[in-house]
Amino acid sequence: MSEPIVKVENLHKAYGSNQVLKGVSLEVAEGEVLVIIGPSGTGKSTMLRCINLLSRPDEGRIWVAGDEITAPDANVNHIRERVGMVFQDFNLFSHLNALQNVTIALTKVKKMSKPAARELAMFELERVGLVDKADHYPAQLSGGQKQRVAIARALGMEPLVMLFDEPTSALDPELIGEVLEVMKKLALEGMTMLVVTHEMGFAREVSTRMIFMENGYIAEEGPTKQLFYNPQHHRTREFLGKITELYGSKEEEGA
Amino acid sequence: MERLPDILNSIPYLLQGAALTVAVAFIALTAGLVIGLPLALMRVYGNKLAAGFAAAYSTVLRGLPSLVVLFILFYGIPPLIGLRDLSAFWAGCIALGVCSSAYQMELLRGAIQSVGSGQMMAARAMGMTHGQAVIHIILPQALRAAIPSWSNEAAVVMKDSSLVYAVGLAELLRRSQQVAARTHQFFIVYFLCGIIYFVLTFSTNRGLDLLENKLRLPSVLEEH
Repeated sequence: MSEPIVKVENLHKAYGSNQVLKGVSLEVAEGEVLVIIGPSGTGKSTMLRCINLLSRPDEGRIWVAGDEITAPDANVNHIRERVGMVFQDFNLFSHLNALQNVTIALTKVKKMSKPAARELAMFELERVGLVDKADHYPAQLSGGQKQRVAIARALGMEPLVMLFDEPTSALDPELIGEVLEVMKKLALEGMTMLVVTHEMGFAREVSTRMIFMENGYIAEEGPTKQLFYNPQHHRTREFLGKITELYGSKEEEGA
Repeated sequence: MERLPDILNSIPYLLQGAALTVAVAFIALTAGLVIGLPLALMRVYGNKLAAGFAAAYSTVLRGLPSLVVLFILFYGIPPLIGLRDLSAFWAGCIALGVCSSAYQMELLRGAIQSVGSGQMMAARAMGMTHGQAVIHIILPQALRAAIPSWSNEAAVVMKDSSLVYAVGLAELLRRSQQVAARTHQFFIVYFLCGIIYFVLTFSTNRGLDLLENKLRLPSVLEEH
């Protein structure tokens, strides 16, 4: 088996006296789509943030493509270039239009020439279906469009793995679909993805593996089908039951 | 009113004073920005020592009358450091600039902090260094947001430049006083002086309003 793209070993993280992660270990192989579910406050987002060092782990080690990013001499900025991140509240740069949102890191971080950055950015905007909005500012875009620009912005860096932190939680229901479509397309293209989400339709259809997290631990992990149809842990069953109750009708459509 | 031609003849003399007023205000504002911006960044992003220094600097200077700072600088410091004398002009520019830097630091700090924390996080997530994120992402948004309060500070400094009168610089107020004393037309001369100050502050604010509008980001309602 080839080297995992992401490997996490015994990850601990506390915010003050609040122990958020209490020893999480996982591996993600190239091309895998890993969906992470669980009640809020159980460390799902914190774990994603540790993988690009937006949060510093207190204990434990993390490797990206074989390089240990938790090593003391690791080049943090270089690591972040290879790990794309999509946030719940988009965080598009408000003073830049859609195109500039994608090009800014290409010219400033990757030191690409302006024309080359522009060309790549237009290609990424095309991928998320927003070429016609290239000159629109974030305030002029809908939530779904903002999130798609944010995905294009992350893709522009040509990351090895993409982290999605509840990418559709801040969206109006009718805008969720367009973002999930883009993510689905990415998955089909073979992008390695870690997705924290409550969108069970997406999880069932797109993910290869799922993780159920609770209280800072991974309570259960396995192939998507197994977690959906034959969860071993009673808390997984309970949680899936609640989520299905909440999102039931949409899930039927997706099935 | 037989003195009216005399007053009219002195208008060019007053306007030369106004030019000095503008020069003092302009240099003081620029100095205030050049000192205030790094201090604001230290206050927001610096370690305890840097942030503490910036906070103390601002607290002390905002607690002193500008005139006292000017007197310390003009009368107090040159003998201490063996300087023969400091020109009234430069003493005024520096004193007002230092005082303004404390206020500019506070208004810039507010503007920097008004930029959402997600902006910095997203910039860092793209691999930008902290400095790159500040320069390319935070400041372009913060400086836009700071223009209205900066415009206010510009008007304050423009008016405070009249304090330099006290160390003998022949700026607008001092020249007005001279003309008034010579012609005994106190009301007319000081009224004229007031009008010139008003035109200066008003046009400064208008200019900055225009700048603000020019830099305003398109919003939802406007089609781009």
